[in-house]
Amino acid sequence: MVNKATEMKSMTVEHAKPASNFIKVVAAVVWKDLRAELRSRELFSAMLVFSLLIILIFNFALELDIKTRQSVTAGVLWATFAFAGTLGLNRSMAIEKDRGCLDGLLLAPVDRSAIYFGKVISNLAFMLMVEIIVLPIYSVLYTVNLFQPGLLLVILLGSIGYVAVGTLLSAMSVQTRTRDILLPILLFPVVIPVLLAAVKASNGFLAGAELADILLPINLLIAYDIIFIAVAFMVFDNVVEE
Amino acid sequence: MQPKPLTLKSLDIASIIVLGIATYLALVYAPTELVMGNVQRVFYFHIGTAWTALLGFILGAVFSVVYLITKDLKWDRLQVAAIEVSLVFFLITIVLGSIWARPVWNTWWTWDPRLTTAAITELIYIAYFMLRQGIDDPEKRARFGAVYALIGGLSAPITFFAIRLFRTIHPVVIGGTNAAAQGSFNMTPHMLTAFFFALFAFTVIFIDLFWHRIRLGVLQEKVEQLKLQVNM
Repeated sequence: MVNKATEMKSMTVEHAKPASNFIKVVAAVVWKDLRAELRSRELFSAMLVFSLLIILIFNFALELDIKTRQSVTAGVLWATFAFAGTLGLNRSMAIEKDRGCLDGLLLAPVDRSAIYFGKVISNLAFMLMVEIIVLPIYSVLYTVNLFQPGLLLVILLGSIGYVAVGTLLSAMSVQTRTRDILLPILLFPVVIPVLLAAVKASNGFLAGAELADILLPINLLIAYDIIFIAVAFMVFDNVVEE
Repeated sequence: MQPKPLTLKSLDIASIIVLGIATYLALVYAPTELVMGNVQRVFYFHIGTAWTALLGFILGAVFSVVYLITKDLKWDRLQVAAIEVSLVFFLITIVLGSIWARPVWNTWWTWDPRLTTAAITELIYIAYFMLRQGIDDPEKRARFGAVYALIGGLSAPITFFAIRLFRTIHPVVIGGTNAAAQGSFNMTPHMLTAFFFALFAFTVIFIDLFWHRIRLGVLQEKVEQLKLQVNM
């Protein structure tokens, strides 16, 4: 009986295509998050309004006149994305935890790293949506053209690195006693390389610097993305284990 | 509680003696640096504590990998011990560096790659302890701690290289020269003696404190178990 069971199991494993299965699971998690968000819109609207408020605060804090604008635009944008990002990451994991959704996901007989990638992609989608709306608003408010392909690439790469680490850390922070305040404290010191390289590259594009000068921070962003996605992929099991 | 082993007792005494000798070598034996004067003597302890702190952080990252593979709580105790001792040593490094920088760079602090990385590294490991404090289950605490120590241990060197894209003014005394550095100097043989002895002395002190912290970790675990028994 036992033999038969294991035989059947090995057969199913043989027959199923692991790669396509993995992608299916990732897509299912992403789809679930996007649909839930489409119905409630609480995460997206909170992130967006928060972003606009941060830009407003920077406006008064830095007195964004024409001269200062040129040097601080990249910094203001990335600070805004970083703060709004923690808000989204925290909420996106807290929903899973509060409604027992995470336990359900973990009970599913699927590879847990697929859940991680699903969450990363949906978190990335929320963050990019917010960024896509913040960019034109910022452009209009301060008459800077932010729609440059290079800058958009930097924003994409930076957001990937930020979300890759943030998703892993938010999965840890929601399981602690100090859940609401812990995520930024854990996340900010380890994403400094992302923010640093992203600000430097964005500044380069905004100032119209030569590509050779901008290539270094972009390479750094790519390297960071790859390293931390790989590490998070390897350790995610340890974070959700019960 | 287990009685203190004889080796640890002798290590305690040895730590005090080497600290005394290192202090003597740094303050009296080593010649006064020509340009900077006596404030340069801070250098011996600055490097001594920096080296041991770095050693502890690297050990912490290694232990976290070993813990994640073996899942043996023993490695978690070692990791906490190494990181906690290093955190204090690194704070001493930063404070000593600041004392040196005031007369030499004419400022307590500057956003140089090494200084910035040092500050961020301190924050990473403070966050590490805040994370651990928020978790009651020892097994989960160990897992999360190991994951975070691993991420932090990877991120800190990347931060350093990232900031190095900018120019640095921190002197590179050992290996390599930096034309933009301010406060660089060459060491005389006497200075080298004091320097290497300080490295040795702080390594001994580190091992001593590390050992004590591991024993403390064992006790903490025992207390937690006793508390659980009382609650049941």
